[in-house]
Amino acid sequence: MTESERHTFIRAENLTYVVEGQAILSAISFAIQSGERVAIFGPSGAGKSTLIRLINRLDEPTSGTVWVEGEDYRQMPPRVLRQRLGMVMQHPNLFPGTVADNLRYGPSARGEALSDQAIRALLEGVDLAGFEDRQVGKLSGGEAQRVNLARTLANKPEALLLDEPTSALDQAAKAEVEETILSVINHQKVTCILVTHDEAQVRRLAERVLRFEEGQIVADGTVLEVLGA
Amino acid sequence: MLSRWIEHQVWLGAAQAGVTMVAALVVVWLTGRLKLGMKKEILISLGRGVVQIVLVGFLLTVIFSADMWIAVPVILVMIAAGSVMTIQRVRDIPNALKISALGITAGAGLVITLMTFLGVIKQDLTSIIPIGSMMVYGAMNTNALMMERFRSELTAHAGQIEAGLALGASPEQVVSPYTRRAVTAALTPNINGLRSLGIVWIPGAMAGMVLTGENPAYAGFYQFVVSGSIFVTAVITVLVSIILLRKQVFSPAEQLLLRAEDGQ
Repeated sequence: MTESERHTFIRAENLTYVVEGQAILSAISFAIQSGERVAIFGPSGAGKSTLIRLINRLDEPTSGTVWVEGEDYRQMPPRVLRQRLGMVMQHPNLFPGTVADNLRYGPSARGEALSDQAIRALLEGVDLAGFEDRQVGKLSGGEAQRVNLARTLANKPEALLLDEPTSALDQAAKAEVEETILSVINHQKVTCILVTHDEAQVRRLAERVLRFEEGQIVADGTVLEVLGA
Repeated sequence: MLSRWIEHQVWLGAAQAGVTMVAALVVVWLTGRLKLGMKKEILISLGRGVVQIVLVGFLLTVIFSADMWIAVPVILVMIAAGSVMTIQRVRDIPNALKISALGITAGAGLVITLMTFLGVIKQDLTSIIPIGSMMVYGAMNTNALMMERFRSELTAHAGQIEAGLALGASPEQVVSPYTRRAVTAALTPNINGLRSLGIVWIPGAMAGMVLTGENPAYAGFYQFVVSGSIFVTAVITVLVSIILLRKQVFSPAEQLLLRAEDGQ
């Protein structure tokens, strides 16, 4: 996607989230362009995962809102929003059954059937060709997380929200999953918001960084500008 | 033996209850010796049990002399008390009390009214109130089991539920496996009860009828009326409750309101 083709895809406006009197996020505002790869980076407890849950509307902001292509997300049916902004959680949380059952879940929830050919293509995209009939209980951590990614991609999302997708994995599995993510976002050109506390991962996967501390954005710029060389 | 010494029926009952209480206190003493840590709870339950049931006995002698319509407020009071007891462990679910009351009222109210209207339950207070109380009690227990199981299933599987929501599924779709499990678990004791009826146990209604000289065959049919009605009441109660309950655990924006047990 060229610079001229980009437009504001997601705009957060004064997003605030307060739990039991404690502000987890304080009036956060930022905009993300379509096709952009943005890392939400910061230490544990900075409010990064809360932010991504708010964008997917799994939690409700105390105040403020998110605009998706100019539309206030509170006016959008939550199921439509969540299909458009596909979320990959830290833990795969796969459903009991086969890998193919998991891939069919999202389309089937909307009354659509996912063809066997589409399942094969999705699994090839995450380097798990031939895994259709594998029971999810028999997958390794890295494989389960790649199935999680494929399950989200089966919904054909316009953006990927990745919440610490490798933090529960060992080094080898982490490298596998990162490689898969990179291949998917390069190939599909989807907008990508990555939550991570891993600086090296930010350098490998993102082009822009929002640095978070104590529920606020303390820096916003290119990887080089925010993290240095 | 007691009946040889005591002629008045109420005093005879008191003496019989006294003997039972002595037996129960021996068991309490035993649990104390075994350090089971249940002594206080058993003593309180025994005390409550004897006071409540004796008071109800006296109250019923007054109620049975009143007009038949007094059954309505009496059963409503039972439903209210049953609803409060049902929600002891699910207080964090919004409107749990209202849901429990609606479920038990729908189940017990419908079955008691229908069975009384059709004459399956004798249209007198000595039948309506005891049988009605069995239905309310059964509905209370089944509903409590269902609500607790539903809550624990949701908190144990919060991650999968949110994964389903994040994939664009509806709240009904994401909770359907846990709804089925909660309803099945709650109804299993009822189904087992029906299955073992007369083989493993002879329930109270039939035992009471046989003891008072009724034809055992008729007592058998009547026991099925009671047990079957309790089962129908329980099914209606849990179905009404689960339909209302599953709406309460999600916000209007389809967000899971219960938090995961592991804090994820």
